[in-house]
Amino acid sequence: MMAEAWRLTAHEAHERLRARELSSVELTRSVLERIEAVEPKVNAYITRTPELALEQAREADARFASGTATPLTGIPVAVKDLIVTKGVRTTAGSRILENFIPPYDSHVYEQLRRAGAVMVGKANMDEFAMGSSTEHSAYGVSHNPWNLDLVPGGSSGGSAAAVAAGEALVSLGSDTGGSIRQPASLTGMVGFDPTYGRVSRFGIVAFGSSLDQVGPIGRDVEDVATMLDCISGHDPRDSTSNPEPLPDLRAYLGQDVRGMKIGVPREYFIAGMEPGVKDRIDEALKLFEELGCEVDTSLSLPSTEHALAVYYIIAPSEASANLARYDGVKYGFSDRTGASMWENMEQTRAGGFGNEVKRRIMLGTYALSAGYYDAYYLKAQKVRTVINREFQAAFEKYDVIVTPTSPTVAFPIGAKVDDPFAMYLNDVYTLPASVAGLPGLSLPCGLSEGLPVGLQIIGNFFDEGRILRAAYAFESALGWSNRLPDLA
Amino acid sequence: MVYPSTMSLTANDVLHIARLARVQLAPADVERFTTQLSGILEHFAALAAVNTDGIEPTAHPLPLSNVMRADEVAPSLSQEDALANAPEQEDGYFRVRAVLE
Repeated sequence: MMAEAWRLTAHEAHERLRARELSSVELTRSVLERIEAVEPKVNAYITRTPELALEQAREADARFASGTATPLTGIPVAVKDLIVTKGVRTTAGSRILENFIPPYDSHVYEQLRRAGAVMVGKANMDEFAMGSSTEHSAYGVSHNPWNLDLVPGGSSGGSAAAVAAGEALVSLGSDTGGSIRQPASLTGMVGFDPTYGRVSRFGIVAFGSSLDQVGPIGRDVEDVATMLDCISGHDPRDSTSNPEPLPDLRAYLGQDVRGMKIGVPREYFIAGMEPGVKDRIDEALKLFEELGCEVDTSLSLPSTEHALAVYYIIAPSEASANLARYDGVKYGFSDRTGASMWENMEQTRAGGFGNEVKRRIMLGTYALSAGYYDAYYLKAQKVRTVINREFQAAFEKYDVIVTPTSPTVAFPIGAKVDDPFAMYLNDVYTLPASVAGLPGLSLPCGLSEGLPVGLQIIGNFFDEGRILRAAYAFESALGWSNRLPDLA
Repeated sequence: MVYPSTMSLTANDVLHIARLARVQLAPADVERFTTQLSGILEHFAALAAVNTDGIEPTAHPLPLSNVMRADEVAPSLSQEDALANAPEQEDGYFRVRAVLE
């Protein structure tokens, strides 16, 4: 048994598991001990599942013995707590689901189980994935392992913090407007939001149904490629799941990037971007040039500035419909002290939802209500078309688009929590690709004042392979992978 | 298309929206949400300036049409599983207070 096995990437761990130098039970114990040690400081998990993990680890070891192992067999994984897991409490970060035990498994968890992965816990998140810091979780904020006074980003902040703190080797998150990419950026991890429709949402607690997508967070590009390979593919239980066959994503790793055309939209270099972030992005663009890519900084995507308004009309509108199901009748928190069913329902939702969720439900209800539908929702959908067209025109010229992932590095806990719009601005670089349904990956490109800066690579629909090709080449050239903070 | 002349909400607007959304609000909530939601709506006003004449709305980022499956009986969640998380149940039903008095 090796010391500190929790430091391994999933692919390094796989090599040792395959060579029988390490067992999954040993690896899982190492991660569970790490969780015991650091979780009081990090709070990456809402629910920990150590017994289940050890049971799954023993099954994984049997698969290595019988020769039926996959690249994820025996790998400790954190699963965002809006991914339903049969028999394991799933809260979506909300009080309204504090006692919800799902009677079925989500597609992505089934895929992880089929591959033999080991689930160590359900990761913390902003309530119903609405937020950029985990401060909107009903289960306490997660702390950034690089500096515990800072947020890890969100909404998949627990998934990112767990991987960065050694409390899982890889994790699953979900991304509606940046919820995988932004926390990956703020914790120095790699996060991949695939094309809308690439991964089935069967068994994912719904937020914005025309935007939600599940994806991986890991310590290097190879690990997120392996995870995405595992969870992707057509699932008839999600009508938006795309039947497009998935290529072998790992085949793109190590491919030459010479001649690759990279567009850099000038609208992303705005006031509000920290100088340290700009410096790292400028250096990253130079590095792509040194790798033989053609970097063009003259690209213009003029409607970029409107993506924020489009998103914050469409996502809350969809959320207001999706969250109508939480009525205190069928499952979850229920306040039954009222005199009528309607009173109970209104009290249940008042007590079960946090303030950000209430704000968004009301914003969406307003945008969809009589007299305002055309001005808000329909208008936003039309501007969404304009944004999509600008991206499609860009992809006629460029292979990928490169931008910063977030205008800032990780910010202090409490700094933005009382100013909803300041919090929304964290997503300004991730929202446009979300609105367009495009795949986007964030990977580290260096540090600013000791904190990680993320680079976003956006590709065309179902072109995850090209993104991975660029990301892997960049990561290798920068020499940054699996860098974990010195969490005391 | 008529754009609302003002982006600002009143406390009565917020109470009306909360009623539509079935969320009970305390008086302090009404005040806070009135200010915050009005502030957010102001940022949306810029959309009105975008020329969208003749532009189709996007409901879904990919050109998928309706997806149908064969109408065949298949196993689904059992009644017991579906009721397992119910706050109150009776005779295989979800139990609630009377909707109509």
